Amino acid sequence: MTQRLKEVDVVIIGVGLVGTMVAKELAAAGYKVVGLERGQTRATVPEFQSPGIHDELRFDVRKALMQDNTREPVTFRNQGSQVALPVRRWESFLPGTGLGGSMVHWNGQTYRFQANDFQLATRTRERYGKKFLDADLTIQDWGVTYDELEPHYDRFEYLLGTSGKAGNIKGQIQPGGDPHESPRSRDYPTPPQKEHYQGALFRKGATSLGYHPLPQPSSNLSQPYTNPEGLKLNTCVFCGFCERYACEHYAKSVPQTVLLPVLLANPNFELRTGCQVQRINLDSTKKHATGVTYIDAVGREFEQPASLVITSTFAINNIRMLLLSSIGKPYDPATGQGVVGRNYAYQTMSTVASFFDEDVIINPFMASGASGTLINDFAGDNFDHSGLGFVGGAFIGAVNTNGRPIQYHPTPPGTPNWGKAWKQAVLKHYNHTVMLSLHGSSMAARQNYADLDPTYRDAWGQPLLRITFDFPQNDLKMAAYVTAKGVEIGKAMGAKQVAGSPRKGPYTVTQYQTTHNTGGTVMGDNPKTSVVNRYLQAWDVPNVFVIGASNYPQQASWNPTGTLGALTYWAIDALKNKYLKNPGRLVSA
Amino acid sequence: MKKVTRRSFVTTVGAASLVSTAALLDSAEAAEAVEPSSIEAPGIATPDVSVADRPTYLFFNSAEVLFVEAACERLIPADENGAGALGAGVPNYLDKQLGGAWGAGERLYRSGPWALGTATQGYQLPFTPAELFHSCLRAIDQQLAEKGTRFHEMNDDAQDAYLKSLESDGHNLDGVPSGIFFDILLKMSVEGFFADPAYGGNKDMVAWRMIGFPGAYADYYEAIDKHGVKFEREPMSLAEDARGHVHMSPDIPAHL
Repeated sequence: MTQRLKEVDVVIIGVGLVGTMVAKELAAAGYKVVGLERGQTRATVPEFQSPGIHDELRFDVRKALMQDNTREPVTFRNQGSQVALPVRRWESFLPGTGLGGSMVHWNGQTYRFQANDFQLATRTRERYGKKFLDADLTIQDWGVTYDELEPHYDRFEYLLGTSGKAGNIKGQIQPGGDPHESPRSRDYPTPPQKEHYQGALFRKGATSLGYHPLPQPSSNLSQPYTNPEGLKLNTCVFCGFCERYACEHYAKSVPQTVLLPVLLANPNFELRTGCQVQRINLDSTKKHATGVTYIDAVGREFEQPASLVITSTFAINNIRMLLLSSIGKPYDPATGQGVVGRNYAYQTMSTVASFFDEDVIINPFMASGASGTLINDFAGDNFDHSGLGFVGGAFIGAVNTNGRPIQYHPTPPGTPNWGKAWKQAVLKHYNHTVMLSLHGSSMAARQNYADLDPTYRDAWGQPLLRITFDFPQNDLKMAAYVTAKGVEIGKAMGAKQVAGSPRKGPYTVTQYQTTHNTGGTVMGDNPKTSVVNRYLQAWDVPNVFVIGASNYPQQASWNPTGTLGALTYWAIDALKNKYLKNPGRLVSA
Repeated sequence: MKKVTRRSFVTTVGAASLVSTAALLDSAEAAEAVEPSSIEAPGIATPDVSVADRPTYLFFNSAEVLFVEAACERLIPADENGAGALGAGVPNYLDKQLGGAWGAGERLYRSGPWALGTATQGYQLPFTPAELFHSCLRAIDQQLAEKGTRFHEMNDDAQDAYLKSLESDGHNLDGVPSGIFFDILLKMSVEGFFADPAYGGNKDMVAWRMIGFPGAYADYYEAIDKHGVKFEREPMSLAEDARGHVHMSPDIPAHL
């Protein structure tokens, strides 16, 4: 028996970063907003406090903060010819759950993408010719430009208080920053975090090769900060428990520290936790949403009518929400027709391990999630790809975030997996190794997509999302190229032994890589190749907005969250100043 | 006070019902938590329970313990640098994990249909970890008994060779490829070696001391830019940090 509730102006599915931002702005503008969060309420006190929060087994290994995969996993296969099977344990990527969403357990790495990234298809063809791209790639422009997003990047960085060093302010190159970055209107709100020894060694090596090291932009703050919402953050103390953990110190910018207290104080907003949204409801025309149906924590079913529906769940869950709601045509890789689930992409991660002598004391456990040093010389299109046979690149950096030993105990190639030699190698190298990360782009390809699984279901009886993915040849070529550059840097750092591990196929869900799942509800100018328009409004159902990294037509060389924050403010601007004043299509199809 | 062995302690208690049942717990942690004076009864010697020579196995049966203790010690052996798996309490960690929520399938999606799939699709067996261990350990013991030498009776080299054969899928353990079981055994052994002592392994933070990991200690603000300087400090376990310290700032709202 479904209980029908009183209609509200806006219903938001998922109260993570995006949901919190949208809800805050629309509630402040006077609209009645309901936020439906499937997980539980949690706050810095008491949930995020020590001693419990510094428990590697519970949070790192057992994934305590993640989406409940016993009820709601995904299925996976490398190729369409295989049978997808459930990801029975999270390993490769880790979607969060609960108030604040995945951002609670993020590392705080807060990058902007470059102007080139938003017009990747056009600019790649212009610079390298129409035949440059591999035939399987389906990369495309975003439908929004960097210049349009710049004010929103700026606003987002000042919301978070991001600690960094500008490299380009209004066209003026700034010493110590990233000379490759697209122009920003002003510097970061707070200066960079202190540089750890790994970063200093990397800086020296990279500089000796003529590259341009910069401090990682970090939303674990270098100093106390009060954001424009009036909320205060503390200085990060480099405890080494960021990613997969919540911050006990109010030093990491997450919804709980930068926005939720303001949102929850607004009587126009109502938070409901434990609510699993089953679908967005459409009227008989299938062109208009009437609200959502959800099941609460004790199993009761409700219909929440609303004039406007925002789905702001984690990227892969946004795809599934549209598929379960029959919004947009599902993608068919055989014909290339359809849009929902199309251009699912990821991130192509490689590593270079640099092993030093035992008199070089690294102290890997002293770090924040974003206190590293990196170069962008081989990211994006910052280097000439002529003759290389691939598009994209990677940032290369000493960006290791921790020394938590269950997961971090590097050993040189050839070391056995166990026994006396393994133990001796672990003891010998733990405190004398610098791991370089090569954080590579992920190009959308025709054969990679997401749809509904025909067999496996969630705890509510609904089909799981099925992910079909393997690394395109383009990305494997990229990984090999940048890893060779990383090895050169490792040698220039003075390491005794350097071991490069370029990402190789097939993609596996058994090994953590990143939680940067992108695409599947991509934005664009053409309804035949995108799910939402440039304002993140669903082409087919104009009173549904879909916001997430699922909007990215392909994934760039950097972590996605900075761009997601900018896109969210961009969409909020369109909602407040365009859509809500005159509801309807913001772009004609 | 008079020192007694655990065996004699149990005997003594058996004759006197006044002793708190808490004193019967013989894990090292529980033993240390008991204040001797609080359980002292007239006429009964207070036992010294600080020496817990072996864990109390709640999950593994007596045959399984023989394999698990011997195998873990070959995976992470004691050497001149310090304790191995046995000294660090790794089998105790495995026992407590497998006997609890993890063993019962915590965080494991358990709906069929079942297929082994490709290596890239990860673990696909219907077994919970507890079921997998019981099933595979029984198969190992039977297979080795038929050949005449059980694992714990082998010398070190033979044990290593057998473990390698498990690792390389050399055995069918009642339908389970032995590499799947070996991978979980190794992964859990590494967990037990390096996890916080609260979970029953890494006894006295012995593994952390060997590598120089400070544990739950969490403030390196002053140390981080003193490059190349060894961080000399006793490691800290979660238990030591349990002092009710909550991070509050007068001008930051703590609760939502």
